Amino acid sequence: MASLDPVAGARAPILAVDHLSMRFGGLIAVNDVSFVAARGEVTAVIGPNGAGKTTVFNCITGFYKPSAGRLALFHGGAATPDELDAVTASGLSWGRTGAGALYLLERLPDHKVASWARVARTFQNIRLFSGMTVLENLLVAQHMSLTSAGLLNPAALLNLPSWKRQQKGAMDKALYWLDQIGLMERADDPAGDLPYGDQRRLEIARAMCTNPVLLCLDEPAAGLNPRESAALNELLLSIRRDHDTSILLIEHDMSVVMEISDHVVVLEYGCKIADGTPQEVRTDPKVIASYLGVEEDEAAVVEAEVGA
Amino acid sequence: MVHPPVADIPPGSLPSGSVPQVDVPANGLPALAPLPPAVPRQGSVVGSAVTDAVVSGLLTGLLLLPLVGFRATESGSGPLGLTYRFGLVAVFAGIVAVLRLVLNLTVWRRGRKVKTSEGPSAFATLALKAAPALRPAFFSFAIAYPFLAILLSGGLSPSRYWVDLGIYVLTYVMLGWGLNIVVGLAGLLDLGYVAFYAVGAYTFALLSTSVPVNDFFAGHLGEGFWTAWSFWLCLPVSGILAAFWGVILGFPVLRLRGDYLAIVTLAFGEIIRLVLINWVSLTNGGAGISSIPPISFFGVPFNATDEGFAAKYGLDFDSMHRIIFLYFVILALAALTALVTIRLRQMPVGRAWEALREDEIACRSLGINTTLTKLTAFATGAMFGGFAGAFFAVRVRFVSPESFTFMESAVILAIVVLGGMGSQMGVAGAAILLIGGMEMLRNLSFLKADFLFGPDFDPSLYRMLIFGFAMVAVMVWRPRGLVSSRLPTIFLKERKAVSSALVKEGHG
Repeated sequence: MASLDPVAGARAPILAVDHLSMRFGGLIAVNDVSFVAARGEVTAVIGPNGAGKTTVFNCITGFYKPSAGRLALFHGGAATPDELDAVTASGLSWGRTGAGALYLLERLPDHKVASWARVARTFQNIRLFSGMTVLENLLVAQHMSLTSAGLLNPAALLNLPSWKRQQKGAMDKALYWLDQIGLMERADDPAGDLPYGDQRRLEIARAMCTNPVLLCLDEPAAGLNPRESAALNELLLSIRRDHDTSILLIEHDMSVVMEISDHVVVLEYGCKIADGTPQEVRTDPKVIASYLGVEEDEAAVVEAEVGA
Repeated sequence: MVHPPVADIPPGSLPSGSVPQVDVPANGLPALAPLPPAVPRQGSVVGSAVTDAVVSGLLTGLLLLPLVGFRATESGSGPLGLTYRFGLVAVFAGIVAVLRLVLNLTVWRRGRKVKTSEGPSAFATLALKAAPALRPAFFSFAIAYPFLAILLSGGLSPSRYWVDLGIYVLTYVMLGWGLNIVVGLAGLLDLGYVAFYAVGAYTFALLSTSVPVNDFFAGHLGEGFWTAWSFWLCLPVSGILAAFWGVILGFPVLRLRGDYLAIVTLAFGEIIRLVLINWVSLTNGGAGISSIPPISFFGVPFNATDEGFAAKYGLDFDSMHRIIFLYFVILALAALTALVTIRLRQMPVGRAWEALREDEIACRSLGINTTLTKLTAFATGAMFGGFAGAFFAVRVRFVSPESFTFMESAVILAIVVLGGMGSQMGVAGAAILLIGGMEMLRNLSFLKADFLFGPDFDPSLYRMLIFGFAMVAVMVWRPRGLVSSRLPTIFLKERKAVSSALVKEGHG
């Protein structure tokens, strides 16, 4: 179980990606990628366009069914290799472990990845409910916790006090996140009316309203100006600090990647070419070569030129 | 830099083609040249409009000359004769020319400023302001309506037509509200809604006329029990069965979107109708089921006996009592539909329906089970269709597959689309306009006056034509329906209507 070795320091893993492959017909989008995201850390997946980053994300969040590989998510604490093997062999999609529970994401449909395994995600092209207000967006995100008593909960149908309390709790949570992203003033405006940067932050807040253990962000800084980008860093760091949520992000913006991530995984043409701390990755000749588009033996020259 | 303000230049004073002298202001950039006024001379507008109108009139005349101008008529046993209708061609050409002239001078006029508005329109803002008062006003009017009808028509019996019309309209209001859940909220285009109406109607018709069921209740609860109570006992059964069929329809269509969903639901409606026609041993085929027991006042029959409603409550017997009671039953059912929908919209399931209409993939990423959500929308909508069907059967006391054609589905869908998808007041207004309006067209007897169309003219024949024109007109002027903005289900400080530009229509 090499993939379960704590790659990034002593932290326990929250997600172990094992030999993940995804083929579309003859195209191999992701080829035997393995990495571990550690609990309480920000893990960045970077790589040139078409490297398969979003495909990895879609596999993790259940939108694609991987062609091969295992995606194990741990609640509570990491499972022992024996526990992991037992669940894998059992054919079930999840199992209890000594530390908590473990989910095999490749066996879960997308909505259960979100509701059971508690993996939340945002999208590269923002997907807000644009005709609903900002507040409604944050309440829809709490659907699962609000419908724990059934979709047609009689208490809700009759607006009983128990339901009102539950709704109040949901409202408080929505307001907390509105405050976090600084959109309290625009709570009653349609989400589609917000500026781009606000929409990005709202999408993150919406994902956080589902109480995730792992938050997957697909290019959260794309299209943001430096000021908005800095505000985003602030938000992500506060999520990591104040909530029991680990972050996995795809990003092109190197200022975001280098500033906030604890661990970086680099993909190129569907394969992992580097894995380590930002410092290690930044000096890795393969990474430099893939980002600057030169042969590997020339990388050292380029490296000297750019002063990296 | 002194040049006269643009407004001071008399029209036409700048020779076209000549560029006026441009002063260069201090910042070095040339000031924008004052554009020659875009409005052409008045005479040319009218002139070209008239020319255009005359040309289109002539073209219409030429086109219609062979189509309308000649008519083959049978004259007794002899050969076909030819009649000439050049007058009619001239009338048509004249209508086209005049309409074209009017349009040229108004809507199509060159240089006409087109009003563009951002955000909710003035109409929507007004509707939003009036909304709190509108609902109680609409409901109070609906309650007072039969009494107004009696007062204004001068007696119970003469008011029958108006109360019947009220029942008819309210049935469609209820059906529209039911379909609104599926189409307006969840964004699933359902062209087979009439199937659930049929399931409800046939459930009640079959159960209430069933001999074994009657015998069973006669044995336990007395003779006549089933006749008196069948509607009240079958009403929930009709709703539940229709909801069940909603789920049956829902399963195969869950993966479909847009056009494909519409086609399959359309087919489903036709399947139900064809089964009703062909399963003769159960449904009596095209002959339908008759002698359905009439509605009772919660077990008290509306008849002239001593046990009847009139005798029991010290009234003189009148057959109108039953009709007025029917009116209040459908009003209560429609109100139930509206209240449940309002409540569901404020619950997670209703928000999930609307979120599904906005973005299904985002819903899935938030853990919402879209399968279950779509099925609840289908089932809830179908249930209200089933209630309405049971009501239809007890009102008409006869059901046959004739009543559940695709045309019914189309009318109900037209009500939802015309009203504005998702808006309850809009749908109610559209039902009143469409159903009430179509009925009113039957009453245009003044058109039969000699100086208009003559006594042979039957205005009701033109109902569908006018209906079509009205739909086209509304879709041109208000493409998202009468009430196009969306009201949020919850708010922090202020309830602001969401402009229709932002609200998605669903992907089918």
